[in-house]
Amino acid sequence: MTLIAPTRPDSPPLKQQNNRRQQTLTAIAIGGIFLLAIIVSPWILGDSGLGTMLPERNQPPSWGHPFGTDWLGRDMLRRSLHGLSLSLRVGLLAASVSALIGTGLGLVAGTVGGWVDAVIIWVIDVFFSLPHLVLLILIAFAVGGGTKGVIIAVALTHWTSLARVIRAEALQVSSADYVQLSRRLGKPSLWIARHHMVPHIVPQLLVGLILLFPHAILHEAALSFIGIGLSPHLPAIGIILAESMRHLSTGYWWLGVMPGLLLLLSVKAFDWLGENVRSLLDPKTSQG
Amino acid sequence: MDMRVKPLLLFIVIFAAQKLLRLGLLLMAVAVFTFVLLSFSPIDPVKAYIGADMMQISPEQQVLIAERWGLDQPIGERFLDWLGQLVQGNLGTSLVFNQPVSEVIASRFQASLQMLAIAWLFSGLLGLALGITAGALQGRWPDRLIRFYAYTLASAPTFWVALLLLIIFAVSFKIAPVCCAAPPGVLSQNVTFWQRLHHLLLPAAALSIIGIANITLHTRQKLIDVLHSDYVLFARAQGESLWNIVRYHGFRNILLPAITLQFASLSELFGGSVLVEQVFAYPGLGEATVQAALRSDIPLLVGIVFFSALFVYTGNTLADLAYPVIDPRIRLGDSLT
Repeated sequence: MTLIAPTRPDSPPLKQQNNRRQQTLTAIAIGGIFLLAIIVSPWILGDSGLGTMLPERNQPPSWGHPFGTDWLGRDMLRRSLHGLSLSLRVGLLAASVSALIGTGLGLVAGTVGGWVDAVIIWVIDVFFSLPHLVLLILIAFAVGGGTKGVIIAVALTHWTSLARVIRAEALQVSSADYVQLSRRLGKPSLWIARHHMVPHIVPQLLVGLILLFPHAILHEAALSFIGIGLSPHLPAIGIILAESMRHLSTGYWWLGVMPGLLLLLSVKAFDWLGENVRSLLDPKTSQG
Repeated sequence: MDMRVKPLLLFIVIFAAQKLLRLGLLLMAVAVFTFVLLSFSPIDPVKAYIGADMMQISPEQQVLIAERWGLDQPIGERFLDWLGQLVQGNLGTSLVFNQPVSEVIASRFQASLQMLAIAWLFSGLLGLALGITAGALQGRWPDRLIRFYAYTLASAPTFWVALLLLIIFAVSFKIAPVCCAAPPGVLSQNVTFWQRLHHLLLPAAALSIIGIANITLHTRQKLIDVLHSDYVLFARAQGESLWNIVRYHGFRNILLPAITLQFASLSELFGGSVLVEQVFAYPGLGEATVQAALRSDIPLLVGIVFFSALFVYTGNTLADLAYPVIDPRIRLGDSLT
């Protein structure tokens, strides 16, 4: 039959193993450098190309201006990089705070158990029962909007799935035979936490954190796009896209298409980075 | 016959009671959460209410408004007051639309509902079809193409996809309207069904394109699991064709997770509609959400938060109800007989 799935070689030759690992490492390096380049680009490029150049306004993409120019003659590539860098930094900060909350609550729920666990699980359920975007809008609005509003809203709403993963991991490890044995042997709790818990939870945390970034960045962009996020004076990527809306009907398609494409690329880069770090850290795939 | 019906009825009553209790608890939690959040917020409700007329209203009058609203009372009493009104179904008056919040939500949701329904059905059917195709042809080029599409869309910003559709179909090809729910200058009672559909189609398409990714990837994985099972191997050994295996062995098995997922996606769908309606300036509930947040319309925002919780909850409950219809192993009442 044609249907037989390509069988995975159970024991690939030794040379190929090295290659797979090297490929993963190369992928991580490329993804990391790409994202780092976007983040630091405003400092490298400076403010050149951001000034008003009326003779060069509304030009379609060309070699001189790969992303075209806007209605004030500003280079869209530079504007997009500035905006994306800002969005990535805001997203990274919010996602990191979120990961801290998620890890903390997940660990507490998984190790303390009892009613504490029940309360945390219930809070997670309540968070899941509201559409994520509505929750983001509500929190961003309640804390007063602006950059602070976005960071708080994104940080407060992205911890739930990571907390679940960490909780499950902690539960699983603390009921494992070797941990029970350690306890019976009289090892102190801290020693168990250091030697049995941390090696299991750190990889989960790292992968969870990297995979949180794309969500955080997309939500930051969405909030800025609808006008609740960063102020219009700080041209984040969401604001650049929202501004482009006014000029689309006149046919300046590149104002909306190109910055969005860059945003899509960087979100995919984060996904890619996360998947590769996962396959590097996961014992099931790291050797194969 | 009577013996069979009675436990079934009992089961339905228990099921409904359980669901209602859970819903009550959930709405209560949302109420506490929203109240705490908004009462610690730096936004002054009196200032938000008065808005631009701040200069014309003296501080004494502002104090009077605060007293009239009970803002001088302790926080616990305020919460109970508010909750009492909520329980009676009084969500307050929207400041932006100058109408009771429940009326605003009802009329706005009607406008959104058709769009959400089209997007929901379309993304479900198309996602299922793409998932089955990719799963059945695992590793071949259609599978690669579909997977690439799904993964790319999973990381594409919703509003950007809507923008692209707007650029392609409304601006370049001019086959779809640029905005709104009806042609400009036409009274709402004169809008024909086709005009409405015409304006609905592009936002609905944007929503379904984004909704497809998740269900496609899950269906694909599930079908691959099924195709690697022993009973499929046996069917194949008997010379069953791929199409028949998918139809008789795969379909029912993948339908259940797909339906769960599709109902659970109501939450994503609602969030997506906020962004898509913003792009197309479609006057639905999502657009009202943005208006409420941008113009500090707290009653409307809180009303929408409650409504969206109810919406998501309904979706999950429908998924629970759909199980026994599809899967004979978990028929209603079977556990009791």
